[in-house]
Amino acid sequence: MMPPAIKIQGLTKSFGTRQALRGIDLEIESGKSVVIFGPNGAGKTTLIRTLATIMNPSSGNILVDGLDLKNNAGEIRRKIGIVTHQTLLYNNLTAYENLEFYGRMFDVPELKKRIEELVSLVGMTTRVHDRVSTLSRGMQQRISIARALLHKPTLLFMDEPETGLDQEAIPLIWDPAPDETGRKRTIILTTHNMERGFELGERMLILDKGKIVYDCVRGVLDIAGLKETYRNYTRTNL
Amino acid sequence: MKRNALIVFSFTLMATIFYLIFIYVPTEAVMGIVQRIFYLMVPLGWLTMLAFIVTAVSSILYLQKKNQKWDILALSSAEIGVVFTTLAMATGAIWARPTWGVWWDWGTPRLTSTFILWFIYLAYFLVRNLATEEYRGAAFAAVVAIVGLADIPIIILSISLWQGLHPPALIFESGGLDPKMGMTVGISVIAFTVLYITLLILRVSMRHNEAELRKLKELTA
Amino acid sequence: MKFWSKVMTIAWKDTISELRTKEITSSVLVFTLLVLVIFNFAFGTNRDVLPTVAPGILWTTFVFAGMLSLNRSFIPEKEQGCLEGLVTCPVNREVIYTGKALSSLLFMLIIEAIALPIFSFLFNVPVLSLQIIVITVITTIGFVAVGTLFSALAINTKAREMVLPILFLPIVIPIIIGAVRATELTLTGESWSGLTSWLQIIMAFDVIFVVVSFLTFDFVIVE
Repeated sequence: MMPPAIKIQGLTKSFGTRQALRGIDLEIESGKSVVIFGPNGAGKTTLIRTLATIMNPSSGNILVDGLDLKNNAGEIRRKIGIVTHQTLLYNNLTAYENLEFYGRMFDVPELKKRIEELVSLVGMTTRVHDRVSTLSRGMQQRISIARALLHKPTLLFMDEPETGLDQEAIPLIWDPAPDETGRKRTIILTTHNMERGFELGERMLILDKGKIVYDCVRGVLDIAGLKETYRNYTRTNL
Repeated sequence: MKRNALIVFSFTLMATIFYLIFIYVPTEAVMGIVQRIFYLMVPLGWLTMLAFIVTAVSSILYLQKKNQKWDILALSSAEIGVVFTTLAMATGAIWARPTWGVWWDWGTPRLTSTFILWFIYLAYFLVRNLATEEYRGAAFAAVVAIVGLADIPIIILSISLWQGLHPPALIFESGGLDPKMGMTVGISVIAFTVLYITLLILRVSMRHNEAELRKLKELTA
Repeated sequence: MKFWSKVMTIAWKDTISELRTKEITSSVLVFTLLVLVIFNFAFGTNRDVLPTVAPGILWTTFVFAGMLSLNRSFIPEKEQGCLEGLVTCPVNREVIYTGKALSSLLFMLIIEAIALPIFSFLFNVPVLSLQIIVITVITTIGFVAVGTLFSALAINTKAREMVLPILFLPIVIPIIIGAVRATELTLTGESWSGLTSWLQIIMAFDVIFVVVSFLTFDFVIVE
């Protein structure tokens, strides 16, 4: 029996006096894809960043794959990949060098082969030895996805990844290769794009003012219903 | 209730010490009336250090426990500390002028170290206020305070060595002191310490109230 | 030694980036030479005064050059959220600190290695002795130990170019005093034994501030 990919209890995060997350309880099964909707300022990015260990929670328990975030941050980071609207790439280095750098930091075995694999997957083989600053935004995002997948993470966070991504690359996000151990990757994604999110998400959450206000699995609502629900919840919480 | 008693006590002590300094203690033979500044200079120098140590230790506790109250204590102590530091330098200069004929003497380790400490206080506030995300200012300031605390012994050591003096000379004046003078200095240090504690308590409680108010505003927003 | 291999990876990354743009080394080097020239004019043609002020000039120059260099240390990490990229790597934060400190140290030493002979040439002062090289290396380690911490802090403030000097200068005064005095003593023909107390102060500073930085770095880069 696999431990849940994510188990959160009572997560809060405050920035000074402002409470960004006001008590989140959430359990996500391994291998599921979860889409989180919510207005700006709802706490989506804060939630993702806290789970990705970029931020420390103010209080609460977080277990990733059964491991406690407080004590096992290093091990957890090996299992997590993150894609955001920032590419996390160094402009003065080539795409290849960027991937080499992250590959080394993550102790990726047979790095050269792995890089070639991923670069081919994201369709960037011809430009891989060019400096990142010379690549278009869309190409940079593709390399960023390759970067996120280098160490074969079992858990992938994507925070509004479609910003800046070009048309051909969009499918890459919506269906990244299943992780090579045969285990289906758990995906947690935040987006403003309701249609796309609805297509992909096996489970949908609405976050507003730091709390989860709605949680359903695919099939319960159709897209119109989802939009309606979203409007209702985020309006009444004003 | 207790706070008012403390304020009265502090006020009384300060009044006493001013009496002692300006009336009771005999005029020093060599320097004359100006020497009385000495009784202010010593406690001010001591408080500069004490206030900073309180700020730094509170900062360590704040970073470890993440509880706002430690940050409030650190900030309040720093606010009082920087004022005392400025006064310490001013009295130091007023003392220096008749004694050595110059307003400032880099050769005095105490004066120079106090000046550097003043800059560290300033850095504390600067970093607090200039953080791009305001809520991070407290953590940054805490780091500055901790670095400052680690640096102070080395600063004192290096400046003393530079002047060829032993560090203790920094704090204690050599030469025999008339018992009345000794007592005055002692009471002065106590009076100023009580003043510091009083001001600290007042400032901390004021900030706690401000924080409460802000929290309430947040909730009702 | 996993720690060091990751540290070297970060330092490697910074070095490649710098080799490509030569951003830091070229601008800081030009700045250093300009400062030396200005000092030359500041002291006029008074050759007698030079041996006395030479140590001061040397270290003032290195301090300013150091600040410029350290200021740039975390700028590439701020673009594109790279610092977050580093934070999500399975390494302790101290690894990040040490990696950045090491690359800053390398850049500063390169600049100093070029500046010292030029200084010797311009001011006719024999600064190319082993003693001065040792003083320079250990003092630079101190600069970098404190400077990396503060640079990471300053990057998260408004007016970051102003914040770093105000944080940095008061704290490094002890090692500036140490370096200047030790350099002075060396130039007047003092042997190693005369320098020990100053060298000890500088080395103690280095150790203390690497430790303090290790303990506080996390609070500076993670919210």
